[in-house]
Amino acid sequence: MLTDLLQYLVNGLIVGALIALPALGLTLIFSVLGFVNFSVAAQLTAGAYAGWLANTTLHLPLVPVLVIAFSVAGALGVVTDRIALAPIRRKPSAQTPLMVAVVSIALSMALESAYRFSFGSGLNSFDMPIARDMKIGGIRIGLQQLHNIEIAIGLAVLLALFFSLTKLGKAMRAVADNADLARLKGIEPVRLANLATFIGMGLAGVGGALLAIDTSVDPSTGSRLILLIFAGSVVGGLTSLPGAVAGALLMGVIGELGLLILPPVYQSLTAFVAILITLLARPGGIFSGASGVRK
Amino acid sequence: MISYLIFVGTIAGFYSLLSLGLVKAWGQGGLVNLGLVGFVGLGAYTSALLSGAGYPIWIDWIAASAVSAAVGVALCFVVRNLRGDYLAIVTLGFAEILRLAETNEKWLTKGSDGISGIVAPLKNHLGDNFAVFYLVLTWVLVGIVAFVLNWLLRSPFGRALRAVRDDEQVAAVAGKSVLRLKLQAFGIGAALSGLGGALYAHFTSYIAPDVFITQLTIYIFLAVTVGGYTRLAGAVIGSLALIALLEATRFVAALVPGLDAVQIASLREFAIAVTLILVMQLRPDGAFRMSNERSGLGASRPGPDACYGKKAVLDDGT
Repeated sequence: MLTDLLQYLVNGLIVGALIALPALGLTLIFSVLGFVNFSVAAQLTAGAYAGWLANTTLHLPLVPVLVIAFSVAGALGVVTDRIALAPIRRKPSAQTPLMVAVVSIALSMALESAYRFSFGSGLNSFDMPIARDMKIGGIRIGLQQLHNIEIAIGLAVLLALFFSLTKLGKAMRAVADNADLARLKGIEPVRLANLATFIGMGLAGVGGALLAIDTSVDPSTGSRLILLIFAGSVVGGLTSLPGAVAGALLMGVIGELGLLILPPVYQSLTAFVAILITLLARPGGIFSGASGVRK
Repeated sequence: MISYLIFVGTIAGFYSLLSLGLVKAWGQGGLVNLGLVGFVGLGAYTSALLSGAGYPIWIDWIAASAVSAAVGVALCFVVRNLRGDYLAIVTLGFAEILRLAETNEKWLTKGSDGISGIVAPLKNHLGDNFAVFYLVLTWVLVGIVAFVLNWLLRSPFGRALRAVRDDEQVAAVAGKSVLRLKLQAFGIGAALSGLGGALYAHFTSYIAPDVFITQLTIYIFLAVTVGGYTRLAGAVIGSLALIALLEATRFVAALVPGLDAVQIASLREFAIAVTLILVMQLRPDGAFRMSNERSGLGASRPGPDACYGKKAVLDDGT
């Protein structure tokens, strides 16, 4: 029983680590640009497809595949953001954050149908060597999954360093904290918005590629996960990067433990309930202090 | 050809009902419902199951609207304090959960096989005239709903609702029950979605979870935005425009040689999504702008706008 429980815990952390990357991206974009970008789903799929193409046609190994996934998803994210979303963001009105959110869903749908048009609806698997699962004290864990966790942690650490050490990172945090004050200090918002979108969507792309290596990629890979990604981000407070990682890991574990009482098909239900409870009870995320201070 | 037009016209009627519901909740009440398709499915399944159990169709339809309305009011009550974009996440997720239930509660919904053989009203008596009858019936319902909504929106209730939409605090200070107005608006919107779903179920006599996906919600948002998202007439005209676009893309996609069915379907979806993005960019107020609803302050006021919620969207400058 205890090993079963531990196995669920490990599986949950594996799922959570993968979800953490797109959740980080979503949180980053929400912090800096102030709207919920549903097209994270489509960019995640873009990264997965880019990685799959790089791997199956060019026979590249893991690391270059991930670099390509990051760049393609990031670049596509910026381009589509400039074309589709930026013109709507410019109209200042009470409805703007919502309008941008709705349009980002349409954008996600447009991209998803473009993938379906180009690659068909089938499942595409990577051509990676399959390593035998390791067993540590009765708990089964795949080598690739172990790599996934390492990469996710590595990227999160890199991101943390970027935000605490570099000037750009600090500027971005300033904008996230108070856009008006940041502008007074001469920080230029457009470039930062693009950079935040590039990094955010790139992270989603890497998450998508890792996920697809573990399973497979099809046009709906991202949209199937969007609820779980949102749950990670929302539970973490939507504006806190460490919160997004913690939230995603938590959601992964809760989702797996939920399997003890729920049939597997209802895994999204735990995500939905978590989103609902967090938004209602602690809109600042479950890690916010009692006074509601988030940053 | 005639029967094709009748079919398309009937579908346009369903879309009109959904759009009217969205105008009511979103345009007039300021409550976004990205889970619209969930309520459509709820109504469709309620009606199909009840008619399968032998209840007459008019009871099924009333029950479908009532169930959707009740669930809508309950959901709206739970999320009453959420700001717009959070509401978007929750409603979107809600529809997804409903679809999961439709897919997996096989004892009730027959899962992804769907429910077939749903009874169509008077089909045996009418024979070939059934299609025309259903077209007329649908549009008569659209007319009645539009008439009643129009009357509602002109009444003090409508003014109070718009006040809530534009500034909750002012409305509350003026003694309006903000929560009740919101629940009513969301509930009416959900009821209309449910009714549209029920009509659809008995028209095609087949429903499955795959029918009620987020795409449909986006379609209706497009219809409502094209027509101007606060106007009832806009909802109907937007629905006609939507169906015209949907069918036009079908023909255009068929003209391109060498496409398989999946690619044609993707092209159509792509066209719809891109159109929505363009419409939102070029004419977010739609064909029918708000004209008579502002108070007599004259020029367009800046409104409560930029400080909406806690955080303004980053202004790109230029």
